[in-house]
Amino acid sequence: MILRATMVSPNTELAFDSKIEGDVVVSRLDAVINWIRTNSMWPMPMGLACCAIELMAVAAARFDIARFGAEVMRFSPRQSDCMIVSGTVTYKMAPQVRRLYDQMPAPKWVIAMGACASTGGMYRSYAVLQGVDRILPVDVYVSGCPPRPEALLDALIKLQEKIRREPAAKRLFRA
Amino acid sequence: MTATADVATALREKFPQVTGRESLDWPACNVPSGQALAVLQFLRDEAAFDLLADLTAIDSGVGTAPRFTVVWHLLSTTRHTYVRVAATCADDAKPAMPSASGLWPGANWHEREAYDMFGIEFTGHPDLRRILMWDGYPYFPLRKDFPLAGLDTALADAEVAAETGAGVKPAPYMGGPFVAAPGGPLDEAEPRARDESWTEQQEKPNDA
Repeated sequence: MILRATMVSPNTELAFDSKIEGDVVVSRLDAVINWIRTNSMWPMPMGLACCAIELMAVAAARFDIARFGAEVMRFSPRQSDCMIVSGTVTYKMAPQVRRLYDQMPAPKWVIAMGACASTGGMYRSYAVLQGVDRILPVDVYVSGCPPRPEALLDALIKLQEKIRREPAAKRLFRA
Repeated sequence: MTATADVATALREKFPQVTGRESLDWPACNVPSGQALAVLQFLRDEAAFDLLADLTAIDSGVGTAPRFTVVWHLLSTTRHTYVRVAATCADDAKPAMPSASGLWPGANWHEREAYDMFGIEFTGHPDLRRILMWDGYPYFPLRKDFPLAGLDTALADAEVAAETGAGVKPAPYMGGPFVAAPGGPLDEAEPRARDESWTEQQEKPNDA
């Protein structure tokens, strides 16, 4: 039996061709910066209640948040870009949540995941902060109790769309 | 039930001031607060109630006297029976009760919780701090005169409070609390049937 490998000659002109275009790529700085930011958003998992279980599901194989470049859950705020507040924020926990947010390097974003983080949810109580937006600037709210993993992925995509519209370069040089 | 009946009679023989307490399941008794520890120790050492299943408190409401009651639930792991012991606090303004943490180490956190929620001082407790609310919270939330929505106070962290302008605010009720009224058709009993046109920002409109 004769094995015959039918090799297709590799296409060398699929991507950037330095012989044609030189060593220069022309683009907008906003587009470049936002492209970098949107595709590797490292989340700060602020798992405070049952929503954190869904957050784990989002990170696991079935839903796989890695498809959107946000799989590197950082447990140090200094290495993360996007805080996902998943769960009930009590008044006792609220100052710590804000301090962790303050320790994140800018630019940073916040997703309020679920009813509790968004509005206090079903906890109309003396002990629960009625929405994490009272202490943090929230970019995306996710409804649900808890939200489906797809809903959180949708929130991440929405946040990426929002970041793509940001005038990143202008803000870069603002003191 | 013979074992539990034995406990009641033995208790009454040893402590004549112990009186029966109304109970639907297990034997229960009222004891004077001064004798509470002695009764508990007797139940633990002589009657084999070796496990403190629960320790909690009751607030009978503002104006009642005595207002605060501490309740101990004991379990015998050898005889598989429970007994409930209750003692009222003598002072309604500054309720106090001797601590059972010397008898059961597990009473430590139970008493901290009862102190946190009801403000009952457990004398002799090794470390009586709040356990659920933060240190410095000025109220006792499970007292009857405390509204479920909460009361205005400052956040625990003054720096964060100054930075965000946030504070501990009463929760908006929007016609709640969010439980259905018993009986009647569901569309009238459920919270959505109630007036939800007002919030904490917008005053409730006058019915007139």
